[in-house]
Amino acid sequence: MIELDAEAVYRSLAARLREEVVGRDIRLVGVHTGGVWLAQRLKQDLHVSHEVGILDISFYRDDFSRSGLNPSVRPSSIAFDVEGSDIVLVDDVLYTGRTVRAAMNELFDYGRPARIDLAVLIDRGGRELPIAPTVVGRRIEVPDEISVVLSRDDDGRLHLTLEQRREA
Amino acid sequence: MKIAIRSGRVVDPASGHDAVADLFIADGRIAALGSAPDGFAAEREIDARGLVVAPGLVDLCARMREPGAEGALKREMRAALAGGVTGVVCPPDTDPPLDEPGLVRMLRQRSREAAGARLYPLGALTSALKGEALAEIETLAEAGCIAFMQTGALPQDNGVLLQILRYARTFDLPTWLRPVETTLAGDGVAGAGVVAGRLGLPAVSALAETVALYTIFEMQRETGARIHLCRLSSAAGIALVRQAKREGLPVTADVCIHHVHLTDVDIGFFNPDYRLDPPLRSQRDRDAIVAGLADGTIDAICSDHAPVAEDDKLRPFGEAAPGGTGLETLLPLVLKWCGSSGVSLTTALSKVTSAPATILHEPTGRLALGAKADVVLFDPAAHWTVDRAEIVSRGGSSPFSGYELLGRAMMTLVGGEIRFDRAYGSGGNGR
Amino acid sequence: MKPEFGRNPQLNRNGELHHLLSIEGLPRAIVERILATADGFINVAEREVKNVPLLRGRSVFNLFFENSTRTRTTFEIAARRLSADVFNLDITRSSTAKGESLLDTIDNLTAMQADMFVVRHAAGGAPYLIARHVAPHVHVINAGDGRHAHPTQGLLDMYTIRHYKRDFSRLTVAIVGDILHSRVARSDIHALTTLGVPEVRAVGPLTLLPEGLESMGVRVFTRLDEGIRGADVIIMLRLQNERMRGALLPSAQEYFRNYGLTPERLQLAKPDAIVMHPGPMNRGVEIDSRVADGAQSVILPQVTFGIAVRMAVLSIAASSQRIQ
Repeated sequence: MIELDAEAVYRSLAARLREEVVGRDIRLVGVHTGGVWLAQRLKQDLHVSHEVGILDISFYRDDFSRSGLNPSVRPSSIAFDVEGSDIVLVDDVLYTGRTVRAAMNELFDYGRPARIDLAVLIDRGGRELPIAPTVVGRRIEVPDEISVVLSRDDDGRLHLTLEQRREA
Repeated sequence: MKIAIRSGRVVDPASGHDAVADLFIADGRIAALGSAPDGFAAEREIDARGLVVAPGLVDLCARMREPGAEGALKREMRAALAGGVTGVVCPPDTDPPLDEPGLVRMLRQRSREAAGARLYPLGALTSALKGEALAEIETLAEAGCIAFMQTGALPQDNGVLLQILRYARTFDLPTWLRPVETTLAGDGVAGAGVVAGRLGLPAVSALAETVALYTIFEMQRETGARIHLCRLSSAAGIALVRQAKREGLPVTADVCIHHVHLTDVDIGFFNPDYRLDPPLRSQRDRDAIVAGLADGTIDAICSDHAPVAEDDKLRPFGEAAPGGTGLETLLPLVLKWCGSSGVSLTTALSKVTSAPATILHEPTGRLALGAKADVVLFDPAAHWTVDRAEIVSRGGSSPFSGYELLGRAMMTLVGGEIRFDRAYGSGGNGR
Repeated sequence: MKPEFGRNPQLNRNGELHHLLSIEGLPRAIVERILATADGFINVAEREVKNVPLLRGRSVFNLFFENSTRTRTTFEIAARRLSADVFNLDITRSSTAKGESLLDTIDNLTAMQADMFVVRHAAGGAPYLIARHVAPHVHVINAGDGRHAHPTQGLLDMYTIRHYKRDFSRLTVAIVGDILHSRVARSDIHALTTLGVPEVRAVGPLTLLPEGLESMGVRVFTRLDEGIRGADVIIMLRLQNERMRGALLPSAQEYFRNYGLTPERLQLAKPDAIVMHPGPMNRGVEIDSRVADGAQSVILPQVTFGIAVRMAVLSIAASSQRIQ
C-alpha cells in the first residue's frame, strides 16, 4: 500500500478552486461519501455561505441491470434551489466519469443550474465518458487493478490509500 | 384357473396367519393354504418369494367419477388394481348423485365390464344429496347399494336427520355419515389452529365434528340406527367415538390415510395439494388418529380417492378442488404407518382388508378357505416415486407427489383372475 | 412437506429479495434495507422532478383481482416515479370466472413483456401460486392476499414507527380491531416481531381474534383500556361493513362504545403515543374524528411514506440477480 499525502493534495485542490471561483456565489455539492467530506472542508476553507448539498447517486447509476441496487442507499439532500445556481460538484476520485454523469443527471432533476464545475481530489485517468474536471488536486496514473480510496480518521484528517482491487 | 402362489409371506389379518406358505386357488376361490389339495395340478405357478400375499385391499371410499365423466370408471378401476385394491366402495357424490336405481344398475354393469375391482356402490341417503328429503333407499338397496351416505356434512335440519335414521332403521339399512355440522364448518378450508390463524385461511373448528357427533350419538340412542362415521379428523371427535363404543352404540368409523401421516403444517406456503376435506389438523389430532387406530376406536382406513385435474389444483388454496389421488398410494402409506407406529403387519393390513369387509358385511378381505380369491401380491421393499408418470389414475395430484414410497402391488387377483400384473402393466420390473 | 413449498419462495438462491409475498420469513436485514432505501425516496418526493430513472424500460403490471383504488394508485405512483411503464388491469372476479384461469392470465401478460406483477387477490396464497409459475426474471409483489398478508402496508407502518420513534427495541405497540380478518394486522405483527419490538398487543372482541396469536409473539387483550395502556403506538384497523351486523358484532355503535379510540381513551397511552390507521377510516366506528385529525395522528404521513416504501420494494426486488 502506497500512501499519498491526502492533506497536501487537498491543500492544492483548495488553492486552485479558490482562484477559480473568485467573485462567484458558488454552491458546493459533494458526492457520497468522499466528495461530501471534501465539500465540507472546502465550505470552511473557502468561506462558502450556503449549506453543502449531498448526492447519493445510487438511483442514477448506469449499472442497475447488472449490479442491482446499492445495498446501503442514503438520502440525497440539497437545501438550496438548484434552479439558476452556480454549482461546484465535488468528488474524491475521478476515474471512468460515470459517477459524475450520474451526479449531474441527479442534479438536473432538482432543477436547471446556471453552471456546473467539477472539483476532484485525484484524477486517475481511465475515462470512459467525455467528462473533464475543472480543478484537480493531483493527477496520478495507476493500473486498473488498483483502487484509490479516500478515508477520514476520527480527527477529521484525510487519508488516501491505493489498494489491490478485490474481484467484484 | 388353478393357481399356485409359492413361498410368499402369507398374511391374513382375519385369521392372524403370518408366515411363509403356499396358497392355492381353484374355481375362483381359495382352495388351500399350506399344502396343495389332493390332485391339484396348477395351470399357473407364481413365484412369490420376497413378496407378501394378502387379501386384496377393500377401500371404503374411492371415487370412480361415474356417473359424471365418461370412461372414467375403467381408468380408476385400473388404478385400483395397480394399488392392490380388489374392493372399492364408491360414494354417491357422483354427477348426477346416485339416487336413482337406474344409475346404480348402470354403474354396476359398467363395473362388471371394466373387470377391475369389485364395486360396492353407496346410495344417496337423501334426494339429490340435498339433505332435505329421503331418497328411495329401499329401492336403491334392491338395485345393489350396500349402504347409504350423506356426503359433505349432516343434513342441516336435525328433524330431518332423525326421520332419515328412523326410516333406514326400518329396513335395517346402514347409514354412513360425515360427522360435520355445516354451520360450524362454514366456509372453512383449513383446520382451525395456529397454522390457519397465521395463514389467515378460513378455518373449520373441531366443534364442527364434535357437535355433529353428539347429535349423531343422541339420535342413535333414540333410533338404534347402525351408523358408520366417515373420515374422523379431530382428537376431540375420536375421544367421543371411543366413549360411544364403550357404551355399546352400533357405530364404526374410518379415517383417511392422508390424515394418518400429515398435519396442517404440511400446507407450507399454501400448497393446494394439501387442500383436503376434512382439512388437515394439528399434530395433537394426528397423534389421536394414530392412537385411535391402535386401540380400535378407528376401525378402518380408506384412501378417500378423489382424482382432481391438475388445473383444478392450480388455484389459490381456498379455491383449489379438495382431495387427491389415493388408490395407488393407500398400500405403501399403510405400510409406512405400520413401520413407524410399531403395530404388526397383520394389524396394519386389517384396517384395509378384514375390518372394511366387516363394516360392509361382505365375505371379502380374507384368505379363508372357500372365500373368493381376491388376493394381492405386494413387494414391501419396492421403492417408487409418486409422480404423474407412475400414477394410473386420471388425477395426478396427491399430497405425496414427489415423495418416494416403499411398497407396491405387483399382482392383483379378483375372483381368482389375474387382473393386474406389474410385469406387463405400468412400469416396474415383473416377476 | 414438499421441499419447494417449504423453501421461502421470496428469496433467490443468493438470499436476495426476488418477490415480496409476506413479511413472515423475511430476514431482518432485508426489512431494514427496505426502510433505509425508502429514506432515499422520501427526499425524491420533495424535489421538483419526482422521478428517478431506476426502472426505466421495465413494465409493471398492477393485477388487482380485488378492488382497491388507493393501494393501486400508490403502487402506480411509486412505479411511475421509478420511471417504469405501468399498466393497470382491474380483473374483477366475474371476468376471471368467464373462463380464463389465474395462471392463464399471468401467462398472457408475461408474453407482453411484464417484468413485475403487483397482485391483490381475495384468496390467501394467490401470489405464491403466481410466483411459482412465472418466468425466473419476473417479480411478484403482493398487494394483499385474502386475510393472509399485506407486506407493503406492514413495511410502511414500520417506516412510520421508525420515523417517529426511532428505536424499536423499547416499544409497546397495540393493534386494535378485526384482527381475524386482517391481512394488515398479520403483516404488522410479523414486521414488529422481526424488528425486535418487545411488546406487541392485539385488542379486540373474542369473535374478531384468530387462534395462534400467542404463538406469533402477541399478547391478547379483549378490553381496549388495558390493551392501549402505556402504548407507544396504536394501530387502528378498519372494521368492514359486513362484520358490523350479525353474529360477529351486533352493531357499529356498540363496537365504538367498546373499541373506538376516543380522545379520553387515548390518554391511557403514553403522552407521545402515535395513532396509525391503514385507511380508509370509518370515523365514529373505530376512531373518533378528534383523534383521527388530532396532534397524535400520523395517518396522513403514512400515505406519503407508503409511496417511498413501495418505491424501495419495487427497486430492491427488481435489482435481484437472476437465478442461475
